[in-house]
Amino acid sequence: MGVSGVRSGVLGIALAIAWAGSVLPAMAREELVDQGRKLFRQCQSCHQVGPKARHAVGPYLNNIFGRRAGTLEGFRYSDAMKQAGQDGLVWDEAVLAAFIADPPGTVKGTRMKFRGLKGEADQKALVAFIRQHSPGSSNIPETPPTAPVHASAGDPDLPEHILSITGDPAYGEYLSSECVTCHQASGEDKGIPSITNWPARRFVTVMHAYRSKYRENPVMRSVAASLTDEEIASLAVYFETLE
Amino acid sequence: MGITRRRFAKGAAAIAGAGLLTGMGHAAYGQVRPKVVVIGGGAGGATTARYLAKDSKGAIDVTLIEPTKAYYTCFFSNLYLGGFRSLESIGHTYDRLASDFGVNVVHDWAVGIDRDAKTVTLAGGGSVPYDKLVVAPGIDLIYDSVPGYSLQAASLMPHAWKAGTQTALLKNKIATMREGGTFAMVAPPNPYRCPPGPYERVSMVAHLLKQSNPTAKIVVIDPKEAFSKQALFMEGWEKHYPGMVEWLPASIHGGIESVNPQTGEIVTGLDTIKADVANIIPAQKAGRIAEAAGLTNESGYCAIEPATMQSKADASIHVIGDACIAGDMPKSGFSANSQAKVAAMAIRADLTGSSKFPPRFSNTCWSLIATDDGVKVGARYEAGEEKIASVDSFISQTGEDAALRKMTYEESVGWYEGITADMFG
Repeated sequence: MGVSGVRSGVLGIALAIAWAGSVLPAMAREELVDQGRKLFRQCQSCHQVGPKARHAVGPYLNNIFGRRAGTLEGFRYSDAMKQAGQDGLVWDEAVLAAFIADPPGTVKGTRMKFRGLKGEADQKALVAFIRQHSPGSSNIPETPPTAPVHASAGDPDLPEHILSITGDPAYGEYLSSECVTCHQASGEDKGIPSITNWPARRFVTVMHAYRSKYRENPVMRSVAASLTDEEIASLAVYFETLE
Repeated sequence: MGITRRRFAKGAAAIAGAGLLTGMGHAAYGQVRPKVVVIGGGAGGATTARYLAKDSKGAIDVTLIEPTKAYYTCFFSNLYLGGFRSLESIGHTYDRLASDFGVNVVHDWAVGIDRDAKTVTLAGGGSVPYDKLVVAPGIDLIYDSVPGYSLQAASLMPHAWKAGTQTALLKNKIATMREGGTFAMVAPPNPYRCPPGPYERVSMVAHLLKQSNPTAKIVVIDPKEAFSKQALFMEGWEKHYPGMVEWLPASIHGGIESVNPQTGEIVTGLDTIKADVANIIPAQKAGRIAEAAGLTNESGYCAIEPATMQSKADASIHVIGDACIAGDMPKSGFSANSQAKVAAMAIRADLTGSSKFPPRFSNTCWSLIATDDGVKVGARYEAGEEKIASVDSFISQTGEDAALRKMTYEESVGWYEGITADMFG
C-alpha cells in the first residue's frame, strides 16, 4: 500500500499541526544536537552518518533532508519505502520525526525494525542531530512550521494564485525535454529523483523553492530561474499525467 | 479505399494519394512524408532522430546514418579507465530507436553530401535523399597538430578521445605499465570535446595507479595556461593523490615540439619527457563529412544560426554537437543533447507546421576526481543574434564536504542513465 499521494498530503498537515501545537523547552541548538547525538546510539547499529558513511543494515543518513524516500542508489529498500517515495514522501523535519516515532505507522511495510522513539523533545533532538549531516539544509528553519503544510512540507508556501495557474500540457511537453536529460521520462531513478506523477501543486511548490534559492541544488536553481510561473505550471501538469 | 482517402485527405498529399492508386506506390508516399536524414548517432544525432520520430508520430521519415552498431559514450569513459564502470556499461545500440520509434537506422559511413541534389552518399554505395539534413559527426582529430603523432601512432600512444577500442587500449597500457613508471598526457588546445575531460582522466588514472602502482608519476603537458574546473582538480589531486600529478602549462614546458611513438619520448621546449604510457590528445575539428560538404569555416567547425542550429552555409542543414560553433556552450554530450531538441523542434515546425517554441539551451558537466568525490560545472544559454550566449552559470566550490561531493557523484550517475535513455530510448 504505502503512503498514497493524497494520504501523505493529509499526513503532512496533521503533523504540522501537531508540531505547532507542541510546547518544547527552549534549548540552544547545540544542546539539542548533543542530545540527539546520544540518542543516535540507538540508530547506529543500522545507520551511518558522516564523511565515511556507507549503507549498512539501513541506508546512510547524510543529506536525507529534502530527499525523496527510497531513492538512494546502492541500497535495497522495501517496496513500501520505494512506493512511498514515488507517491511523494520527502524527508523533512516533520516526516522524519513522525517516522522516528513510529516507523511502520508512518510507512506501512517498512523493513526498519525500531520500536519508535517516544517523546517529542527526543524526536526533535534526534532530527536536529541528523540534520547536521545534511549540509544543504541549514536554511530549513529550526523552529517547527506553524502554517499548515500543503503539497510539500518544508518548502515555502506559495500563494493560491500561483498554485492554481492552469498550465499548458503541450508547452510542458516541450519544456520537459530539458528535464529528461537527467530525470528519466519512464520514472526510473538512479541518483536523480523521478519527477513523474507528482501532484501538480507539489511540483510547483518545489520548483518555486529552487527558484527562490530556498532549495540548494545549483543545477535545479539554474533551471528554475529560467522558468516563468506559467512554464512551471505547464511542466507540473505535463509530468503529473505522464504515463 | 476509404482508409486511403482519409489518410491522404489534404493538400499535396491528395496528389500523392492519386500516385499511390496509379502504382507509383513507394516513391509517391515518400514525397508526402518529409525525409530527415541524421548523420551521426552520438548525443546530438541519436537524440535528434529520436525526438523527430517520437514527436512527429510517424509524420516524418527519419533515417539515422551511423557506422558503428555498438556506440560507446565518451562521457563516463574516464570512469571506465578509473575502474568505476565496465566498458559494457557505457555501450549502447540503436535497436530501440528502430523498434520503438521507427527510425530507419543505416550502419554505414556518410562520405559525401550533394547539397544541390539533397542527397547523402554512403561508403557502401547508394545515396539517401533528404528534405532536411542534420549533421552531427562529432569531432575529427588533427593528428599532425602534435608533430610525430599520426593515426598509426595512435596504437602506440592512444588518444582515447573517441570511446571504445582506444579507451580499452589505453586502460590496458596503464594496467601493464612498469612499476614507478610515468604516464604522460599531452592535453589538447582549445576548443576541444569535453573541456574537463583530460583532467578527469588524470584523476581516474591517478585513482588506478594509487592502488596498483603507487610510485608511478603522472605528467600533463598542456598547451594551455589554464583549464576547466582547475581549482577543483588541483585541490582534489593534492588531497587524494599527493605528489603524483604534475601539470605543466605552456609557459613552463615551453611548447610541445614533437612526440616519438617508438620511444615514448615527448620533446618540449624545456626538456624531453620519457613516457612509459603516453596519452596524446591532439587538436580537433568538426567530423570530416562537415568539411567535405563545405559546412566548416576557417576554424574547422560549422557556423550555425543560434535559434535553430541551422548551418549558416545551408538552411536545409542543421549542425549540432561538437561539430558546430555553439558560442559559449562547451563541446559536451549534454550540450549536444540540448541542441538536438532545439534542432528537432525547428525541423518539425518547418516540415509539419508544429508549434515553434523558444529555444532552450543548457549544459552541466560532472567530473569524478576520486571515489565519491564528484564536481560539476554548468550554465544556461540563450540564442543571441550572433551566438549562443551564457546567461547564468554555476560551479562546485573548493572545500565542499564529502557528503555533498558524494551527492554530486550520485547525481552524475543519475544523469548518465537519464541522458542515455533520452538518446537511445
